[in-house]
Amino acid sequence: MHLLYMIFIDPFVQMGSAPDLLAQTLWEGLVGGMLYALIALGFVLIFKASGVFNFAQGIMVVFAALTLVGLHDIGLNAFLALGLTIVVMFGLAFAIERTVLRPLINQPDIILFMATFGITYFLIGFGEFVFGGDPKVMVTDDLFLPKGSITYHTLGGIVQLQKLDIAAAIVASIMVAGLAVFFSKTRIGRALRAVADSHSAALSVGISLEQIWVIVWFAAGLVALVTGIFWGARSDVSFALEVIALKALPVLILGGFTSIPGAIVGGLIIGVGEKLGEFYWGPLVGGGTDAWFAYVIALVFLLFRPQGLFGERIIERV
Amino acid sequence: MFYREAGQFKTDYASDQAVFPILQDRIGLAIIFVIALAIPLAQNDFLTNAVMIPFLIFSLAAIGLNMLTGYTGLLSLGTGAFMGVGAYACYKLTSIFPNVNIVIWIVASGFFAAAVGAIFGLPSLRIKGFYLAIATLAAQFFLEWCFTHIPWLYNYNISAAIEVPQRELFGIIVTGPRATAETRYYIVLAVVIVMTWLASNLVHGRIGRTWMAVRDMDIAAELMGIRLLPTKLLAFAVSSFYCGVAGAMLTFLWYGAAESTVFNINQSFTILFMIIIGGLGSLLGSFLGAALIYILPIVLRFVPAKLGLGLHAATVEHITFMITGALIIFFLIAEPAGLARLWQVGKQKLRVWPFPY
Repeated sequence: MHLLYMIFIDPFVQMGSAPDLLAQTLWEGLVGGMLYALIALGFVLIFKASGVFNFAQGIMVVFAALTLVGLHDIGLNAFLALGLTIVVMFGLAFAIERTVLRPLINQPDIILFMATFGITYFLIGFGEFVFGGDPKVMVTDDLFLPKGSITYHTLGGIVQLQKLDIAAAIVASIMVAGLAVFFSKTRIGRALRAVADSHSAALSVGISLEQIWVIVWFAAGLVALVTGIFWGARSDVSFALEVIALKALPVLILGGFTSIPGAIVGGLIIGVGEKLGEFYWGPLVGGGTDAWFAYVIALVFLLFRPQGLFGERIIERV
Repeated sequence: MFYREAGQFKTDYASDQAVFPILQDRIGLAIIFVIALAIPLAQNDFLTNAVMIPFLIFSLAAIGLNMLTGYTGLLSLGTGAFMGVGAYACYKLTSIFPNVNIVIWIVASGFFAAAVGAIFGLPSLRIKGFYLAIATLAAQFFLEWCFTHIPWLYNYNISAAIEVPQRELFGIIVTGPRATAETRYYIVLAVVIVMTWLASNLVHGRIGRTWMAVRDMDIAAELMGIRLLPTKLLAFAVSSFYCGVAGAMLTFLWYGAAESTVFNINQSFTILFMIIIGGLGSLLGSFLGAALIYILPIVLRFVPAKLGLGLHAATVEHITFMITGALIIFFLIAEPAGLARLWQVGKQKLRVWPFPY
């Protein structure tokens, strides 16, 4: 009885008695979830356009952030470094298309998935070789990212919002809106959706797959850069972020592999669920539940709706 | 020329169904056995302890994953955790019953891994492909969390790690810090040979064929009368059994002590690399892949030192990462079906030599 009380009643009593803590936890969850969502967004972009399950997305986040910090460290102006990092990400997209995707065209999905593992390993080695393996501090001041926090006295307590998190939320929303416009209004965006629907049909109406792939990997690289900046500003920049990047996988399951809104909503659900679970139910089992909570949410979800919240229905034909 | 089956007639069904129907293959296998038995005679502790033992253990884990991913087509990223289940099960068993032969517990611990694997294999009925891979990640992270948060599993040690006790087999010390590399090597070799032989019979028999039917198209397999639930769960159970035994051997016969981080997600990825590079759906590929992925970094670490380049250890590590990544991509481009396929191509070329085809 006591255990049932601890599981089903006590957390809600806590939530009711301290709404400010609940609000704070929710906010933290939303911010964390937003960062998961951004990584998942990169996955979705690439999966939609090329059917490649890009495991390297998490590493691209770290790599972009490392490049930015590394270039800034050698004395470049922050915005010049930002511009150069964008050039590097384009170069990366181009190189990946040339050396990995093009020779592996028409191979089974698992082979391409495996190839992105190769990219992951290569980028880890390359990034550490060039910029060193020590954790680095993200440039925040020179990029005019806000610092400090806003404190609200509401709900019978205080709720603290980091200004950086608010900025991240705004930038992320602008970026998602921009991507949505890009996908629906521009020529390239329409070509991209055509490729997502069917490679061969897109080829037959004269869309260059190679070009589209470079563009889409570049777009994913930009998303990775933005993610890297905000994530790096919250903690520090190192390849330890790799494991956190794996959190984007349950987000994908929740949202569906091909849906951009799905990635966002999924990210927020996972972020909030994980924080609430750890804060209210975690102590029951000794804490540390955020290591697996997201995956279990995804697993339960999979059993009832395998295609995700917004994914296209999976139809199989014999 | 040298490799030709001309004149080797099959006069009964047994010889027609033999796993190695060609005489040259059997000779080659015998040579490999002799070399494997003779390796400890080289008195090279590094070769035995740091190369051959882990290579054989990883090969066994790769065979396990290959039965699941290569033969049944179910992608799993939980290998590391299933190996961990084996290791912790073996540790608990030998702590509770210290007088029972340790080799029995190493093999028995596989059954615990098999049970856990079958439970986490349940979602495979509804989902497959990448979705299943992510579902197995749940197993990976949940089990890893269990290894650190349930103190009973590591006997409430302060170090929160498995500390392998000393155990004897017929009066010879086989585990613990005082066991010699040769003893441990021979035990690993024996287990790996027996289990590879079993795996070979399994995948060439009825069970293996149902697995392959499920891999090629599960709906079609179901229509042909293969029951998906038992088939998929059996694949998960057998695969986890192999991984569990590999994990137990990894801890007891190689590391001598292990924390939960040994069985983390990177371990799962490493084993997955091995089977994809080696060849999905090939037992030989499991060995070749394990050799490439495990031994390559060791070789790479030695090359700069031998060339007299005074590189920093960290730099060598980074370059190793880069080269491993580049090689994975290179092998995938050169031969997506893996090293096992390269070997078959090579055999075919030998067979028709000196003619091109």
